[in-house]
Amino acid sequence: MAVFPFTAIVAQDELKLALELVAIDPAIGGVLVFGDRGTGKSTAVRALAQLLPHIRLVEGCRYNRDPDGEPGCVEGCPCGGKKRPRAVEAPVPVVDLPLGATEDRVVGALDLEAALTRGERVFSPGLLARANRGFLYIDEVNLLPDHLVDLLLDVAASGENVVEREGIGIRHPARFVLIGSGNPEEGELRPQLLDRFGLSLDVKTPEDIPTRVEVVKRRAAFERSPKAFTDKWAAKERALTSRLKQSRARLAEVTTPDTVLERAAILCKSLGTDGLRGELTLVRAARAAASLAGETVVSDVHLRKVATLALRHRLRRNPLDESASSTRVERALEQVFAA
Amino acid sequence: MTAEGNEPDVALLDPWADAALAIELFAVDPFLLKGVTLHGWPGPQRDTLCGWIRALLPEWAPMLRVPLHVTDDRLLGGVSLAATLQAGRVIEERGLLVQAHGGVLVLPMAERIEPNVASHLGAALDRGELLLAREGLAGAYPARVGVVALDEGIDGERAPAALRDRLGFEVQLGLLDPQGPADEPPEATRVARARGSIAEVTIDDAHVEALCRAGEVLGITSLRAPLLAVGAARAHAALQGRAEVGDEDTAVAARLVLGPRATRIPVSEPEESEPQQPEPENDDAEQIEPDRAARPEPQAEGDGASQDRPLEDLVVEAARSGIPAGLLDALALGRERRASSRRAGHAGELRVSNVGGRPAGVVARMPSGDERLNVVETLRAAAPWQPLRRREQGLDTRPGRGPILLRRDDFRVTRFQQRAETRVIFAVDASGSAALQRLAEAKGAVEQVLADCYVRRDHVALVAFRGKGTVLLLPPTRSLVHVRRSLAGLAGGGTTPLAAGIDAALGLAIDARKRGQTPVLVMMTDGRANIARDGQPDRAAGEADALAGARSVRALGIRTLFLDTSPRPRDAARLLAEAMGAKYLPLPYLDAVGISRQVQLLAASAS
Repeated sequence: MAVFPFTAIVAQDELKLALELVAIDPAIGGVLVFGDRGTGKSTAVRALAQLLPHIRLVEGCRYNRDPDGEPGCVEGCPCGGKKRPRAVEAPVPVVDLPLGATEDRVVGALDLEAALTRGERVFSPGLLARANRGFLYIDEVNLLPDHLVDLLLDVAASGENVVEREGIGIRHPARFVLIGSGNPEEGELRPQLLDRFGLSLDVKTPEDIPTRVEVVKRRAAFERSPKAFTDKWAAKERALTSRLKQSRARLAEVTTPDTVLERAAILCKSLGTDGLRGELTLVRAARAAASLAGETVVSDVHLRKVATLALRHRLRRNPLDESASSTRVERALEQVFAA
Repeated sequence: MTAEGNEPDVALLDPWADAALAIELFAVDPFLLKGVTLHGWPGPQRDTLCGWIRALLPEWAPMLRVPLHVTDDRLLGGVSLAATLQAGRVIEERGLLVQAHGGVLVLPMAERIEPNVASHLGAALDRGELLLAREGLAGAYPARVGVVALDEGIDGERAPAALRDRLGFEVQLGLLDPQGPADEPPEATRVARARGSIAEVTIDDAHVEALCRAGEVLGITSLRAPLLAVGAARAHAALQGRAEVGDEDTAVAARLVLGPRATRIPVSEPEESEPQQPEPENDDAEQIEPDRAARPEPQAEGDGASQDRPLEDLVVEAARSGIPAGLLDALALGRERRASSRRAGHAGELRVSNVGGRPAGVVARMPSGDERLNVVETLRAAAPWQPLRRREQGLDTRPGRGPILLRRDDFRVTRFQQRAETRVIFAVDASGSAALQRLAEAKGAVEQVLADCYVRRDHVALVAFRGKGTVLLLPPTRSLVHVRRSLAGLAGGGTTPLAAGIDAALGLAIDARKRGQTPVLVMMTDGRANIARDGQPDRAAGEADALAGARSVRALGIRTLFLDTSPRPRDAARLLAEAMGAKYLPLPYLDAVGISRQVQLLAASAS
């Protein structure tokens, strides 16, 4: 099925920036996208998938192992966990966690088919295995059943999926970037899960007419003829892919001056964010932003650019506070940078 | 208006003709136009329209009914128990969504469907395929479907907004003459021809723009609406045998797709007043969706230009003619689309917790009563033992041969999550006697309690009573967005219809029980009733009625916290609290945090 091109998405700059940043540095953590219906949240995430630079995988491995990593794999994996495995290039995995997914499909379980027809006890990996080194996309994350949320939190924190069921004991790496989207009117997200996301943002339906017209025009053109439309955008897509690739390569060279670190610390302190996670994410995101801009030194500009994304969901919440979190971050930014 | 050409002036006024046209457009490409909501009660009108849809779809196209409380394995697909046990290997069963690929799904009682069903349908409508990750099935299955939602909802109870937003058309069955249509039924051959040519139909920018602007003028925020209108315009052009969308196609699309979604009336006259002035005195709906009224008037920039835009005027005018009469009145009154309260509705439909709700893991035990067997987990548990058991039975031990032998220990049951959910119901006295500053305090307390409820994921509902009646400010929800809005708009003043307030709270409490939730009631009043249950101002009758209501609270054993909001604690309130069997607390001695703690204590003891 054809996917709407990322570069053809109208407006939604903050959303696109957030996705680009985590594509450059997955260590930033996940992205949480809240917003109205029909704002193209899921379109953007799916669109991102197809323009990410490919990664190297062990051929035939069901757990997306890195060929340059430690040898050894889960028993029964066709790759065999060899020492010098053959490597293949593949698109970065983007795995959907559909609403209604059952626990066995998420963590993996005994392969019924093999057990019943061949009498073998084989582990059939779940979504977490397929998402390893990629993205796990959860639409309507706020409607996810609690027991699955708990499970995901645990795996996201440890980077490892441990399965103990039906006489099978297995552990395998599961490092992924969580991307969640949802509509706050349909239910709130537990604070614990909120904190697990590196960046967060609200998307709104554009209100000005020219933007709305452009959205509908492009969407209608795409629906009428997906192939022709994606062809038209192919050059822009390629350009962004290579820009992301370069930004990733540059990331290791990006340095963060002490003054910027200090600013970040003051900012977090003035906002009273809980724990150090906010500060770490802020600095990481600023580095990625610098790299994306083609620079090797992080400056206040980059810090400002990502501060709202990185901090707005970490404020000590008064859930009934009328003033939006982003406004509070903006205010703090003004103060810190005025000083 | 069906067979040959359109005579807009005459045809516009006949609801049957519009309904027929909507059905035709939908049948040209069900997936492009996503669906039709048929709103109203069952009857010959609905049967006629459903019959038309069937007749207009290609013969091979499926048209399947989705049972109201459909399970995920029927909707999405799963493992077939009977076939699997017989064959000795896993036999998958395709779900309704996949079976209906290329055709139409019919949703009876769409106003009652579960949120997760709506969400699955929405995902399939958006993507044209079904992503599966359940019970051994994984992958993407084609599911290009259209939806016919039979929405019998009245008042606030409607099909989920997330679903209605996605469907192209909405037909009000009540407007259709029960005698039946005057015209011939739509022609299948014409629709089939359009189906063949729609891919070639183009639409130019001017027409797209006109539809977008019309959407804006009508106060439609969702971008799906203009997009669906573009699809409808193309389908209409195809029906008319045109290769390019013209003005008339655009006007029809605006009327059928945009009109029914209007949230404000386009003002064609120079009077630029916003149709929904928020009235400080009254009213409920404003407070639920205040942002619409508060939105900047977008016509400001577009207005001057619109005189030079005859196309746009045409489209807006067409859309205006598509606004159903009832909606027009409601809009004029400012009582537009109320927040979708999802009440239990029809009496006698109890939800049983071990068959409903969201799956929450699996336990090993024999299914009893109406518990649901988890087929896949049961088979998984049994699978490793098959060779052993077959040997014991002297059966063929080769895998894949013969039946699967199940033992008592293998059985697995899906657990559902409905345990110990609490619904905290606030009944707040907003009358004059409860004095405005006390109301502010009450609000503070409510907010604090709500914030705590939020952390514990309780459901919260808020009833306010003053003047002549009660207002359900906040239907049971966990969404803080709603809470904040409705609280902000809670105004005080007027008489005290205490009995009505108690009745309303009681209704919500009983409803909570039906849903397997534990109700906790928080009354905030000074207990000075002066309006009787029948709405007459009569202090004595009012107090007697309130007392009677209070006794039923006690009789039903609903845990209640009574917060006396009067400046000095009074006997009337205490007596009422006693009649309720409530815990009585005078507000002056408590701060918001203290109240919240009391509510939590009560909730803990109740569940």
